[in-house]
Amino acid sequence: MEQTFAIQMKDITKRFGKVVANDHVSLDIKRGEILSLLGENGSGKTTLMNMLAGIYFPDEGQILVNGVPVTIASPKDAFDCGIGMVHQHFKLVDVFTAAENIILGLDSRQKLDLKAVAAKIEDICGRYGFVIDPYKKVYNMSVSEKQTVEIVKVLYRGADILILDEPTAVLTPQETDRLFAVMRNMKADGKAMVIITHKLHEVMDVSDRVAVLRKGQYIGDVATADTDPQKLTDMMVGHAVTLNIERPLVETRNLRLEVEDLTVLTPDGIKALDSVSFQAFGGEILGIAGISGSGQKELLEAIAGLQPTQPGSHVIYHPPAPDEPIAGQHVPVDRGGEELLGKTPRQIHDIGVSMAFVPEDRLGMGLVGTMGMADNMMLKTYRSGKGPLLDRKPPRQLAEKVKQELDVLTPSINTPVRRLSGGNVQKVLVGREIAQEPSVLMTAYAVRGLDINTSYTIYNLLTAEKLKGVAVIYAGEDLDVLLELCDRILVLCGGQVSGILDARTATKEEVGLLMTKFKKEGAQA
Amino acid sequence: MSDLVVRLLQSSVCFGTVIMYGAIGEILTERAGNLNLGVPGIMYLGGISGLAASFFYESSTADPNGLVCLVISLLAAFLASALGGLLYSFLTITLRANQNVTGLTLTIFGGGIANFFGGSLTSLAGGVGQISVAATSAVYRTTIPGLSGLGIVGKLFFNYGFMVYLAIVLAIVMHWFLNRTRRGLDLRAVGEDPATADAAGINVARNKYLATCIGAGISGLGGLYYTMDYIKGTWANDGTIESLGWLAVALVIFATWRSINAIWGSYLFGFLFWVYLIIPGLARKDIELFKMLPYLVTIAVLVITSLRKKREDQPPASLGLAYFREER
Amino acid sequence: MTQVSQHKDPLLRIVKRDAISRPKAYTIRLLAVLLSLVVSGAFIFAVTHLDPIRVYEAIFDGAFGTSRRSWVTIRDAMILLCIGVGLAPAFKMKFWNIGAEGQILIGGVITAGIMRAYGSALPTPALLVVMAAVSLLCGCLWGVIPAVFKAYWNTNETLFTLMMNYVAIQLTSYCVALWENPVGSNTVGVINQMTGYGWFPALFGQNYGLNVVLVLALTAGMYIYLKHSKQGYEISVVGDSQNTARYAGINVKKVTIRTMAISGAICGLAGFIEVAGVSHTISTDTAGGRGFTAIIVAWLAHFNTLVMILISFLLVFLQKGAVQIASQFNLNDYASNIITGIILFFILGSEFFINYRVILRGRKEADGK
Repeated sequence: MEQTFAIQMKDITKRFGKVVANDHVSLDIKRGEILSLLGENGSGKTTLMNMLAGIYFPDEGQILVNGVPVTIASPKDAFDCGIGMVHQHFKLVDVFTAAENIILGLDSRQKLDLKAVAAKIEDICGRYGFVIDPYKKVYNMSVSEKQTVEIVKVLYRGADILILDEPTAVLTPQETDRLFAVMRNMKADGKAMVIITHKLHEVMDVSDRVAVLRKGQYIGDVATADTDPQKLTDMMVGHAVTLNIERPLVETRNLRLEVEDLTVLTPDGIKALDSVSFQAFGGEILGIAGISGSGQKELLEAIAGLQPTQPGSHVIYHPPAPDEPIAGQHVPVDRGGEELLGKTPRQIHDIGVSMAFVPEDRLGMGLVGTMGMADNMMLKTYRSGKGPLLDRKPPRQLAEKVKQELDVLTPSINTPVRRLSGGNVQKVLVGREIAQEPSVLMTAYAVRGLDINTSYTIYNLLTAEKLKGVAVIYAGEDLDVLLELCDRILVLCGGQVSGILDARTATKEEVGLLMTKFKKEGAQA
Repeated sequence: MSDLVVRLLQSSVCFGTVIMYGAIGEILTERAGNLNLGVPGIMYLGGISGLAASFFYESSTADPNGLVCLVISLLAAFLASALGGLLYSFLTITLRANQNVTGLTLTIFGGGIANFFGGSLTSLAGGVGQISVAATSAVYRTTIPGLSGLGIVGKLFFNYGFMVYLAIVLAIVMHWFLNRTRRGLDLRAVGEDPATADAAGINVARNKYLATCIGAGISGLGGLYYTMDYIKGTWANDGTIESLGWLAVALVIFATWRSINAIWGSYLFGFLFWVYLIIPGLARKDIELFKMLPYLVTIAVLVITSLRKKREDQPPASLGLAYFREER
Repeated sequence: MTQVSQHKDPLLRIVKRDAISRPKAYTIRLLAVLLSLVVSGAFIFAVTHLDPIRVYEAIFDGAFGTSRRSWVTIRDAMILLCIGVGLAPAFKMKFWNIGAEGQILIGGVITAGIMRAYGSALPTPALLVVMAAVSLLCGCLWGVIPAVFKAYWNTNETLFTLMMNYVAIQLTSYCVALWENPVGSNTVGVINQMTGYGWFPALFGQNYGLNVVLVLALTAGMYIYLKHSKQGYEISVVGDSQNTARYAGINVKKVTIRTMAISGAICGLAGFIEVAGVSHTISTDTAGGRGFTAIIVAWLAHFNTLVMILISFLLVFLQKGAVQIASQFNLNDYASNIITGIILFFILGSEFFINYRVILRGRKEADGK
């Protein structure tokens, strides 16, 4: 029998605690083809592939490589099976050269002959059309060069099944084209390739076949030639789900925040935000949609004073009128509009602009892991009160209140929050920010990893804030929620505003297409 | 060249050799990401073990054989120091104790062991007076026959015991190992980025254990050289080894974690420490100020490297941090 | 093709504990101390062939056998505690101040200098205040220098403070040579031996009464500062995550420098207490490695200064006992360092069993959460 399947995954299930990341997924990967693994954030794409790469071990199911059942318990096992994965976060030693990184951990008995290594690298590069300087130090490399090193590292180890996890997320359109050209060369060489992505135009551009995951489940696969972005979007997002989130309309909406030409650079000098302009109003929830890493984090952080901005950027804050219920408890500012950029995070906070950002590691910013709920409640307010000593009474009361109202599961308000589960950590964070009685409330991924009931609690809290006249900015991942919770949706794509839609009339497809708008144009340019 | 200058240079080399051993061993350890502040304690362990081993051998026989003296003391010093390294490794790598605190404890412990036995060895063995191992010390202080008699050149370059040359050889071998072998490359990867090394299939714990134990063994030889050659096979409870041990830690920084630099760096430290010899008219108090120089120079190097931010001169990126694979 | 061997669970699996009850944690620590005492006893037995029970009798006798011995134990525990209290804020901020040794010496040297120079010029109470203030300032300076470099250029503070120790030691050597008395002895001798100028006065009829009052006041003050003050709160936040600190609008540079100023100042004050209240002289042994031992005290107490009282007493108690045994058997007192080392190794190792659980292969996580 002719063997065409490089990999067969059968009935794979992987759970993290109560969350089912992959639910009986079966997937085949063929030689000489590029397979796109498509799905929204959190649909389980990376988890599935990590089981091939030896990072995770499946709870159930079987993996066959070239028709033979195998056990992949470590990255080394994966290499032995000829599987190589290029992760989103590069695993390279900064002070080493490309060649040194590539041979790391290989045949320690052999002589270290970097010339021979370089020759072999050149050979691989020549075969597939890479360009790489084996003697260049990683810390001197651009992101795209680092990615190339990762791919060559995998090839050098003899991998003939390559998995690329969102390889284009960090690349310019030109670099993306070059990568795709290399991938086509590798395909012609008979290698099997998987590209994990959620960008439709890339799927159409490079792959032969598309497999779609949604919320941990395998939806199906189609030949790329037989499909189009519209059909793929339907598969990826599914039919619009009615969530029945209450969405009252506030009649008087006053201008609260004016963002003009906001530009932010990453440490590498790439534009994370490119001339972003929009307005946010009191009494509305402004949703921010976009694939992950489109500049959401930078946008919110820049407004909160945590990101250095480029000259020409403006964030103008208009305080609530004196007769509004939320007025009066913050540091007074120019009624004609106060520039926020150039102020410290503390000043901005004192004015009434609050941010509840739930980072991916949850505790990295916003909460102190070693402290209990009570002490975390006063992270931004501990200075209040006279004298050098802390007044622990208000934060303790607030902690009890948040614990009760949001149903936080913790043995006591003094239990270090890093011991709490993710969802509970988030409740603490969001609860605290709302308690600040802000006039602008920004949240990012506030319901990430939360169960349905808790998510609704948070939606209701945000809506209540809106009714008070607060300008709520909500960056989220789930389009269904954005469409039902928000009044307007701003779509970010590659650091630019690709559109602002009325959430009451917009469709899921409209938002989805705006999310990938610019990359497509860039790639064609 | 005056006798004074020759004496200064000779003293610099001898002084430098003690700390060079300490530094070479510590460079290996730190390259694997372990900041072992137990170097002084380890040098103490090396010094006392070598001394004790040859003491028991010498007192057990009427006519000690030079070669046996040498082998016994070298082995004892290396093994005892490596054991100190093993203790540190077990606590920091397996039991994940804090590296700095563990290292400091090892320094207290090693100093305690060495000074306790150094001061009590003779009385414990039922003898009286100072401990002394004349025969072994003589072996360590044998200079190269013939060459050492060649006037100034002989005095400057060939008038030392073999351990002075062994230190240089070790420094070069260490440099070759770290930079020219695959094992060395893997080891450096462990110190820079253990997660990456782990993903590349390198056994992080094994590398750290080996580097720390062998590094400690080498550091301990510094203590051995000090007791056998520098103070001629005796023992003094004066804390000198401890201050030399810290100087060895300083030298690692000065050498920017490169053992080749440790060669000239150690002699420079020796020179700075003894330079008051050639400055006429110094009172004893002024000498103490001069002895501050190696530390001031190290601070300057530390500050300059952090200001310049040159990547190659920085400490290994994961230095001092414990590594364990994150479990979900 | 490659057939990879069957996946097996490792023999031992290490799992981070979610939480451990306080009594359980202290039981583990207590076991570690007991175990270390057994090992220390075995060591002493091996060297002296003394009946182990008598070993502990001798230890107790050495530490508390007479009223004088008790006071010496208290005195030394207070100094160690004082240094530990000084180190607590720095370590809580995760700033590795291993320069206490130098900060103590600098405080001690300046105290001795003032005591010598102005002993007869000022009344003792005024002199004490001046010496305390200047030693605070000097210790503070010694702590702030590395902190500034750390705050602005991220210069490695562990190595910087370590080097500062030796600069201080050489400065001390210089002063000792400068103030030599009698000439040729290479010591300063007891300063103002006849007059007692600048010495701590007896309090409650005890020579070391003032030491105890001062240090306990500092300990209580530091406890409140770290637990209940706004600045202490900032220290905790910076020590946990600098990102979070910035998010909360805390000026990390300012907190770093301010905290090290406090840490260095208290260590400098410890030097003052040692010179003016204990030894009345200065030498390079004035700090005597206690700057390092105190790090371990602070670390083991998890920066809780009240717990430090216990640990300081435990260590000094054992050291005094070891010295007693050593003198009885005509050995030297370095035995106490060995015993200190053994105890610390055990306590350090025991922390692992507080933070992690070890699961044998095949056993389920039965006693999970």
